Amino acid sequence: MQEAWHRAFANHVTTSFVDLLRAESPHLLPQIGPDRETERPAVSIPHGTTILALKHRDGVVMAGDRQATEGYQVAHRRIEKVYKADSSSAIAIAGAAGPAIEMVRLFQTELEHYEKVEGENLSLEGKANKLAQMIRMNLPAAMQGLVVIPIFAGYDDKADQGRIFMYDVTGGRYEEQDTYATGSGGKDARNTLRRLYRKDLSREEAVRVALEALLDAAEEDVGTAGPDFVKGIMPSVKIISRGGFEDVPEDEIRRVAEAILNERREASR
Amino acid sequence: MPLPYYVSPEQIMKDKAEYARKGIARGRSIIALEYEDGILLVAENPSTLLHKISEIYDRIAFAGVGKFNEFENLRIAGVRHADLRGYAYSRGDVTAKALANAYSQALGAIFTQDIKPFEVEVLVVEVPERNGGKNEIYHILYDGTIEDEVHFAAMGGQAEEIRRFLTDNFREGMTLAQALQLGVRALTVTQNKSLNPGDLEVAVLDQTRERRKFRRIGAEEVQQVLGR
Repeated sequence: MQEAWHRAFANHVTTSFVDLLRAESPHLLPQIGPDRETERPAVSIPHGTTILALKHRDGVVMAGDRQATEGYQVAHRRIEKVYKADSSSAIAIAGAAGPAIEMVRLFQTELEHYEKVEGENLSLEGKANKLAQMIRMNLPAAMQGLVVIPIFAGYDDKADQGRIFMYDVTGGRYEEQDTYATGSGGKDARNTLRRLYRKDLSREEAVRVALEALLDAAEEDVGTAGPDFVKGIMPSVKIISRGGFEDVPEDEIRRVAEAILNERREASR
Repeated sequence: MPLPYYVSPEQIMKDKAEYARKGIARGRSIIALEYEDGILLVAENPSTLLHKISEIYDRIAFAGVGKFNEFENLRIAGVRHADLRGYAYSRGDVTAKALANAYSQALGAIFTQDIKPFEVEVLVVEVPERNGGKNEIYHILYDGTIEDEVHFAAMGGQAEEIRRFLTDNFREGMTLAQALQLGVRALTVTQNKSLNPGDLEVAVLDQTRERRKFRRIGAEEVQQVLGR
């Protein structure tokens, strides 16, 4: 009898979509197996560059430039690096673009699957841990050079504040206090964030600080693109607050970016 | 060992069907009906935690009557089916039709092969994307029989009476408030009893919403809409 019970519970509902995928369609799991001893792929692949997150009074702002680079070439000019994960969190990606986008899709499905099966959301902590497990799943690929490094941020209803998590390739999960940036221009963006950040930024101020940081990263890092007024490509900026996830409209981003550039022009005259 | 008595297959099927029908008839009823922005689902369900109506995917919802553990199983199987399909292909490729067929196959197999049939009926409903298309309402019975219904559907204890009531009173293009009033009236009139908003579980597939069209309507909002 006891065995039947065990089976009933084990077979019944894993609320994890990743587990379901592993059981039902393992070929769909985003995994590049370590066939040969950590050989780097001979082909060059697109990489996403700078992403960042910072806290503000009501939550978190996340931003990223729109360029993917392949060696010294531009692979794509309009790639999206900041995604809505669910109604109260977002994920931004840097590193190998292909595996990263696949990881985002899997992560989004994972969260939604849990929510639908259980009838309630995972805690922010739970989501952050789940993402850590997925990055660990990618470790063999990372060893071959396909590194994916996301930033995860969201609004924690229990703590009543925005929170930011950074990761390393092994799935190590670290919580950041105020700001974080990563990707090829991450270091430059971090410098700017450190310089301009203060507690209690308003939403508008935080958007401006995020764009300042991206502009500086674009200036210092060849892989990162600034706003392109000719083609009309603006960095993407998203806000997560108690009210949920929100895209900052492109008009506002353009206005703020123009204002920053004008100020810099004035200053250098 | 004594030989088992011979029982004709007709008799077995009849017994099973009767057994399943009795179980379903004991349950409270659920209604699905179209309104101007999509599909409204109304169930008599005093529990706010154990749902009879749920979200399956972006444009697809599920409702079940009968034994809770049985239709809950089907619901989760549906979510798994939809999420797997949406991940393997694209979100637009998840359809109510494929899901309704899967339910039909599963219930049909259980009905013929298992000793005890599932005492459930389920509805799978889908609203189209904003650019035209039609609502789809699939009604799957305990034996795997599948029907596509037009404008409205009812299942559970008073299904017949409710269907008759709705045939007489349904109009196209109702507002949410009108549709909800009609739904609640259908549930109360056919049972000769009054229902409080707290006794109802209400949800909509609202075409005007972004990606996920499913929305629960809580008791407070129901009360507001009904104007009590």
